[in-house]
Amino acid sequence: MADQERRVFLTVGTTRFDALVEAVDRAAVAAVLRRRGYTHLTMQIGAAAFQGSRLLPAGAMRGALPDGLVVEWFDYSPSLAAHVAGAALVVSHAGAGSVFEALVAGVPVVAVPNPQLMDDHQAELARKLEGAGVLVAATLGTLEHVLATADFQGLESYVPGDPGGMVAAVDWLMGVGSAAGKK
Amino acid sequence: MVVLGSGGHTAEMLRLFKNFDASVYRPRVYVAAATDALSGVKATAFEKAWAGIPGKGSDPSGPAYQQAVIPRSREVGQSWTSSALSTAHAMLCALALVFRARPDLVLVNGPGTCIPVCLSALLARMLGVATAKIVYVESIARVYRLSLSGKILYHARLASIFFVQWPELQAKYPRSVLAGRLM
Repeated sequence: MADQERRVFLTVGTTRFDALVEAVDRAAVAAVLRRRGYTHLTMQIGAAAFQGSRLLPAGAMRGALPDGLVVEWFDYSPSLAAHVAGAALVVSHAGAGSVFEALVAGVPVVAVPNPQLMDDHQAELARKLEGAGVLVAATLGTLEHVLATADFQGLESYVPGDPGGMVAAVDWLMGVGSAAGKK
Repeated sequence: MVVLGSGGHTAEMLRLFKNFDASVYRPRVYVAAATDALSGVKATAFEKAWAGIPGKGSDPSGPAYQQAVIPRSREVGQSWTSSALSTAHAMLCALALVFRARPDLVLVNGPGTCIPVCLSALLARMLGVATAKIVYVESIARVYRLSLSGKILYHARLASIFFVQWPELQAKYPRSVLAGRLM
């Protein structure tokens, strides 16, 4: 393949989110991704009821579509971080672990909250981070449109947090280190 | 004493604790739920990485850390009577653990597993057995609302420092402290 690899990585993390997998694992979405210049679609589907890809022949774990998009899937991997870091775009459930992993790696993220979660703080986190301009939030219904139209280059780069403030406060509480000297 | 709450809780806690001065905060006890083998593995890997860094590594004069497990107070779908019994069991285990280790500092960030440990720390403090100051860190996933364990610790005023990671949450809970984000 002549063009540079541009990978899309779909991840549900350690959760189960079949509806998100189904929303991505479709010919229309694959065509959108190819049109936008992506070369690979890798799907981490977790414990999804359907262990496979509807884009591929039954039983296949990897294959190329007629337009050239390479599609592959797996259930889990201990090295999700490597997949995230090697991606040009991450489509993720809105769990904090996966979302911040991608943000800290500097990879554009489309976060899709799971509407079936009872205590739905995922949606709040996605909304908050979208408001800060660091990621794109989507719903299952808007995902295809978002993937087709979102301006990923225009995202703000995420400035990772600094645990130093908390450490200094605990040092002060416990009366240790340089913080104790300042007291 | 560091309570590892599993999954994202463990990841955030280790990210924070990595920045502590290992030569001061020792010996260390890592506590995980009995059903959560992964947190124990992560704690071991974490301590191994620490041991490799000059100046961070533990003092060779004594064991720098140990690990402990406590039973989970409630598994999903458990009946009321059996959950009352297992809560009592978890509480007894936490009491034994805290009274044996006599921690100066108890670091927690949820979920429910941390509550029996915090109650034990409170009792140890009241009886003068240990300093057992509690520091709670609400998850970065919580932007507008506290988690259940966060609510319990905040309203019971159990924590010496109650960290939140977003200004929206700090504004709603004036006794909480905002000192930056972990991710």
